Amino acid sequence: MVGGGIMSMADDNPNVPRLDPWSRLRVHTSARIGLGRVGDGLPTSQLLEFQMAHARARDSVHMPFDAAMVAGNLAPLNLPVITVQSRAANRAEFLQRPDYGRKLNAQSETGLFDAANNAGANTSPDVVFILADGLSARAVHENGADMVRQTIALLGDDWSIGPVILAHQGRVALGDEIASRVKAKISVVLIGERPGLSSADSLGAYLTFAPKPGCSNAQRNCISNIRPAGFPVCDAAHKLVYLMTECRKNSLSGVKLKDNFTARNLVETTLALPE
Amino acid sequence: MHSASGTGFNRFTFPDLKTVLAKASPLRSGDLLAGLAAETDEERVAARYALADIPLKRFLSEALVPYERDEVTRLIMDSHDYTAFMVVSSLTVGDFRNWLLSDDATPATLKALAPGLTPEMVAAVSKLMRNQDLIAVARKCRVVTSFRNTIGLEGHLGVRLQPNHPTDDPAGVAASILDGLMHGAGDAVIGINPATDSPDAMIELLKLIDDVRERLQIPTQSCVLSHVTTAIEAMNRNAPVDLVFQSIAGTQSANDSFGINLALLAEAQQAASSLNRGTVGKDVMYFETGQGAALSADAHEGLDQQTVETRAYAVARAFSPLLVNTVVGFIGPEYLFDGKQITRAGLEDHFCAKLLGVPMGVDVCYTNHAEADQDDMDNLLTLLGVAGTNFVIGVPGADDIMLNYQSTSFHDAMYLRSALNLQPAPEFAQWLRKMEIFDQSGRTRPKLDGSLTQDLLAWSGAA
Repeated sequence: MVGGGIMSMADDNPNVPRLDPWSRLRVHTSARIGLGRVGDGLPTSQLLEFQMAHARARDSVHMPFDAAMVAGNLAPLNLPVITVQSRAANRAEFLQRPDYGRKLNAQSETGLFDAANNAGANTSPDVVFILADGLSARAVHENGADMVRQTIALLGDDWSIGPVILAHQGRVALGDEIASRVKAKISVVLIGERPGLSSADSLGAYLTFAPKPGCSNAQRNCISNIRPAGFPVCDAAHKLVYLMTECRKNSLSGVKLKDNFTARNLVETTLALPE
Repeated sequence: MHSASGTGFNRFTFPDLKTVLAKASPLRSGDLLAGLAAETDEERVAARYALADIPLKRFLSEALVPYERDEVTRLIMDSHDYTAFMVVSSLTVGDFRNWLLSDDATPATLKALAPGLTPEMVAAVSKLMRNQDLIAVARKCRVVTSFRNTIGLEGHLGVRLQPNHPTDDPAGVAASILDGLMHGAGDAVIGINPATDSPDAMIELLKLIDDVRERLQIPTQSCVLSHVTTAIEAMNRNAPVDLVFQSIAGTQSANDSFGINLALLAEAQQAASSLNRGTVGKDVMYFETGQGAALSADAHEGLDQQTVETRAYAVARAFSPLLVNTVVGFIGPEYLFDGKQITRAGLEDHFCAKLLGVPMGVDVCYTNHAEADQDDMDNLLTLLGVAGTNFVIGVPGADDIMLNYQSTSFHDAMYLRSALNLQPAPEFAQWLRKMEIFDQSGRTRPKLDGSLTQDLLAWSGAA
């Protein structure tokens, strides 16, 4: 059989190099320890496993954002869904011009407010959710709609929620312009994070109070590594709702928003990588 | 005003020194992003013609970032050693390249010249050099440093053992330390990027490394790569700090954005020196740099990313570091787009630092959104081995699970040492033999049934 993957290597095949005896310490870490060796090099099975992980991570970066599919997954919420595009026309431009990914293109710039109005969206809502492909469309495909649904399910009835915005070729700061155009008090940007070798599906959530173009990262709170094998959506949604509640109550976000939330498995940073 | 003197392309003019430097720089995405790159390939080469005619002395009279408002410029100008500079003081940038490649530029001459060079002179000449020139000249520059072992000797290659873990879990970190030591890595430093930057977290990790280092008498040094202020706080609490780490950049405003200045670095250096923990030498600082850092902080002062990077080496050399490395592919494709740009930048950074007398190593690395893969890293790693890099990074399986990027692996370091016949730091190599991790011929073939290796396995929980 061709394409059996690493499991096809028989453990008792004398031609297959053995893992190092300390590979059992992998219970403590996902680091690639105890890989074994062939001379000074890497055994074939390990070489291919790495290449597969890299291929998946790269595919996540370059995968087109399927906004229609995400919109379908958001349908049960009965919220207007609007699709926008940044000034980056394609992936190559997005990767080389982070400034383009932070601005709406001309059509989205002029059309967004009317589109929201025409769709019957809340004007001046408490919060707008923005789903952007960022550096991993896969993260948004797999975790984005779920994160919005679970977060909204936990929010009290006193929250007015704006349209859900799906953004192509978007970076975190694109949310500032979007939120200011739909006049939202708070923005929540759910965006694909830069994929690691073993975390191609990792979503980040960025919370900003009074979002407007020019906001700095110090004005945001971030929940990172949202994915089944990292910080699961159900936990992340609880944490996001906590942060949103504190944010609205204190009229601020970012480093000054005291984060006393405690939960199992917390992976949290106030500031993530520069976007 | 500069123009290219070659026939037929005098139509290219460049208003000032920083423009010539920027336009002469080999193409990279960060200079395009900053709007500083040459518009065409022809303009780029015309700028190199113009640059080749500029006297080195010009860089002493014309500051690229004003002296009055930038302490890095003041450091460069005030610490310049004119006597050391004399040997090349009459040369243009083009002449300087010729001289560097000539037989006159011996390892001893280059070492004596280093304090007479400014970062801008070195960045300038690098822009006229091909990759092989960068390698050929860097090979002649040895910068040797020491703490508990000796790093940078000819024919040697150090490895930083980087046992990062996303939650700083002690058992997870210990597992990666074991893995690295069993592959002969860790002579440059056992250095952890902590997930949490706090004195408590730093002290806990320092104690973890110190424990195994003492238990097995490993002749190496430890470092937790927290912010310099965290390290100062940890030292105030009597933590076992060997090396103080800090990311640095080439302008005062970029360093501001890192929350540091020269006085703070001096304070940290003094505090770490006063602990007297080094046995072979007293180099206590560890710095990281990387092209694009200043631009990403919007603090590049209109300089191209390679020139402003080189200015960071003036900051480094003022504090006698044990280790400096550029993290060349970490920052992403908006600064270095692909394997070709990363390779070029890695060789430039290594060359420029070595020529300035800085003990340079390189984190040969890439991210998953860059157009690069392990073949590119193999190439750059091999080139840097030939160029004589002081050290490289070792991460289990090349996969840093905390910082989410790919560096070089322990296996990669074994390959490089073996392919180019490079040895670990002498004190560490001796230890590897004693531990029976190295065999009689110096290959990494650990014997796992010896009492010392058993002790190491027991420490990590593997026995």
